[in-house]
Amino acid sequence: MIEIRNLYKNFDDLEVLRGVNLKIKPSEKVVIIGPSGSGKSTMLRCMNLLEKPTSGEIIFKDQVINHGHLDINKVRENMGMVFQQFNLFSNLNVLENLTLAPIIRHRLNKDEAEAKALELLKRIGLPEKVNNYPNQLSGGQQQRIAIARALMMDPDLLLFDEPTSALDPEMVGEVLELMTELAEAGMTMAVVTHEMGFARQVANRILFIDEGLIVEESNDPNDFFNNPREERTQQFLSKIL
Amino acid sequence: MVVSLQVIVDFIQNNFLKDDNWRYLANGFSITLQVTFFAFLLGFTLGIFLAIIRVACKDLKPSWKTPSGLLINLLSKISNLYITIIRGTPTTVQLLIMFNVILVNLHNLKIVAILTFGLNSAAYMAEIFRSGIQAVSPGEIEAARSLGLSYMQTMSRIVMPQAFRNCLPSFGNEVITLFKETSISGFIGLVDLTRGAGILISKTFRAAPPYFASALIYLIVVLILEQIFHALERRITHD
Ligand SMILES: Nc1ncnc2c1ncn2[C@@H]1O[C@H](COP(=O)(O)OP(=O)(O)O)[C@@H](O)[C@H]1O
Ligand SMILES: [Mg+2]
Repeated sequence: MIEIRNLYKNFDDLEVLRGVNLKIKPSEKVVIIGPSGSGKSTMLRCMNLLEKPTSGEIIFKDQVINHGHLDINKVRENMGMVFQQFNLFSNLNVLENLTLAPIIRHRLNKDEAEAKALELLKRIGLPEKVNNYPNQLSGGQQQRIAIARALMMDPDLLLFDEPTSALDPEMVGEVLELMTELAEAGMTMAVVTHEMGFARQVANRILFIDEGLIVEESNDPNDFFNNPREERTQQFLSKIL
Repeated sequence: MVVSLQVIVDFIQNNFLKDDNWRYLANGFSITLQVTFFAFLLGFTLGIFLAIIRVACKDLKPSWKTPSGLLINLLSKISNLYITIIRGTPTTVQLLIMFNVILVNLHNLKIVAILTFGLNSAAYMAEIFRSGIQAVSPGEIEAARSLGLSYMQTMSRIVMPQAFRNCLPSFGNEVITLFKETSISGFIGLVDLTRGAGILISKTFRAAPPYFASALIYLIVVLILEQIFHALERRITHD
């Protein structure tokens, strides 16, 4: 689905990513953990080219997407992203938040988009919020709607950058529940999170990133948490578990 | 009471109704409104254009080597220079330069004033609009881009509507400033409200009534404009 080859990313003379390699297959759920500032967000943001890689290749659906010859907007239509701060459009109500992209990118006409939005809102349990503005919603509601907004484009891959880190504790559950549902429905996901319960339950693979490198990688989340092999992983896990 | 009412009626009769004196103020007021309105249209349009050029240049960092990049870079440099000059010189001097130098062959005073005030206001509106654009959450812009919206689509659907909302109060102030600033139009001989009052005084030799009357008219219009902008603000925020 997506592959990262030898990805380097510098911000001026700060080397944030130093040779990352990663391949995510369809329907895989990859959870990425690591200390703050280790480059997790930068890696996700390189995948949809919100950041431009300094060198290396991002290959999405068999095409190198970071060499400038593709219409990046077209590529991004198929790759959703969910942000820590939700980032719902504050000038639009919930319905418009959901329907803006599919309509303006000519994926759906207005009626189709609205029907789909209402259906998704029902699915996430917020049909009554259709005419509300983002500032009238709780954090958990906003994040669920942000996920629905990404789903409106029927993406092949969803990127989550600490989707529950900005939430009050009592709202974390509702967002993780929705993400788990998506995972079970077969969505391909790359999730940066500190929610280890979610990682254990959902991940096919877990990556530990530190100082711009993938330090440890495991296809068995439980084994990863119970018997981390690298010293830096052990240190990190001992701090957060 | 009857006496004082009579005094007022006489006062109005002598100062404004006699010889149709009020027409000096009314015609002047009409010119003031026209100049303000068309200068606003020009200033608003050009101001948004200047703001977008500068923001686009900063966001996109276009290369000097491609034709379109060169154009954006050049336009942005010109915009900066333009805004610096306009904001750094008095409007009166700009008006006199327009009248006596740049538009010396244009004999329609109203158009000279509209162009001057419009071009002047554009520089201020550009700055207002630019700060409004920069106050839009970068996260929302990234969210739009991550859904596949192009830069222009993001600008028109997310950034501009929010920028407009952000700068509505400053816009209101700028419109009011523009309206009051047109009172220097008399410098080039255009008979606006202020100059109309001056002409009336030269006829009646009484300064107070026409000047106070014109001041009152300015004040009433400013109060109306304030109400309009407050109403707009209320409509456009959804709290
Ligand atoms: N736009 C940027 N400009 C400069 N430095 C940045 C930028 N974005 C991130 N960084 C730096 O890159 C490093 C990694 O950041 P990030 O990928 O956000 O880490 P994480 O998500 O793992 O906490 C940090 O040191 C951060 O300060
Ligand atoms: Mg981060």
